[in-house]
Amino acid sequence: MSTTVALPTKLWNGGKSPFQVEYGKLMMWYFLMSDAFTFGAFLISYGTIRFSSTGWPDPNEVFQSFPGLGSGYPLMFVSLMTFILIISSVTMVLAVHAGHKMDKKGVVTNLILTIIGGAAFLGCQAWEWTHLHEEGAWWGLNPFLNADDTQSSTNFTNYFFTITGFHGFHVLSGVVINIVMLIMTLTDTFEKRGHYLMIEKAGLYWHFVDLVWVFVFTCFYLI
Amino acid sequence: MAHTAEHKDDGAVKEIWKVTGILTLLTLIELGLGFWMMKVDAPGTRLGIKGFIVILMLVKAFYIVGYFMHLKHEVKNLIMTIVVPLALFVWFIIAFLYEGNSYKNLRDTYDPYKKAQNEIKVEKKEGHGKTHGAEEKHKAVE
Repeated sequence: MSTTVALPTKLWNGGKSPFQVEYGKLMMWYFLMSDAFTFGAFLISYGTIRFSSTGWPDPNEVFQSFPGLGSGYPLMFVSLMTFILIISSVTMVLAVHAGHKMDKKGVVTNLILTIIGGAAFLGCQAWEWTHLHEEGAWWGLNPFLNADDTQSSTNFTNYFFTITGFHGFHVLSGVVINIVMLIMTLTDTFEKRGHYLMIEKAGLYWHFVDLVWVFVFTCFYLI
Repeated sequence: MAHTAEHKDDGAVKEIWKVTGILTLLTLIELGLGFWMMKVDAPGTRLGIKGFIVILMLVKAFYIVGYFMHLKHEVKNLIMTIVVPLALFVWFIIAFLYEGNSYKNLRDTYDPYKKAQNEIKVEKKEGHGKTHGAEEKHKAVE
């Protein structure tokens, strides 16, 4: 927010950014927009196949296990994953906010919490994938029946593993980016630079990962 | 934008927690609807609940993008360059889902063999889950 000045009447006269954000942040936004189209294409493809299918497995029968408790707990594990990601998003906002105030300690604490949240989410996903794999589900293998007990196709598992896998890969990249940010903060790179704007860009990416999960969670587990 | 630095600071943290509360609440409502839907069998009601969940999902997306990603507080030009291209999704979703549905209907109409195949019940290995709405379809095949 180093560019918070009174809005001039002519933004496009030159001499400054008409968007009043730095170049890197603007480009991060455009990257995320393109990434949104990638995820959108995946999810719409899933929706199209689901709309063209006569039956589809009931997510509450497929995703009903909880580590240590066994099966019979639909929605519980995915709720945990959702809340982990929301909370890690909140700590990321707090890290960005601490960066605005040049509060190194606040940035470090919140970044560590965000990294823990991301790692916890990845752990949950690894457990879920392993569990489903043990049940016989994988790309090309679908042990689950449709909700009306008719034979299901492998579309269900193919889309599930592809889309949650693509999202999980984004989470993994986000965690790596956050670790890099943490190292840069600890080595005083941002203090020397005089601003923590880089944390903001990493934050945008991290929130996007959370945003995508909102859609994946709804499309695969809820409806 | 014209506040003093301290005032803005307090407001920002307050806003973060407010949005956190809203997101948590919306997620809990979504989950509540999800649990409710497990007990509902009427297709119309299920569709209604699903529609409502999708609306809640979009509200959540708005709060994440608007507040956590700070887009709501950016210059209008920037907001427009991000949001306007995403409007393509309106066409994208409607066109493709309509296409998928149309394909299903065409196949059901003109491919009776495939339709019958799709309605054959499979014995379940484990005895969980429900078979509501299945009986009538089964009779139709016979």
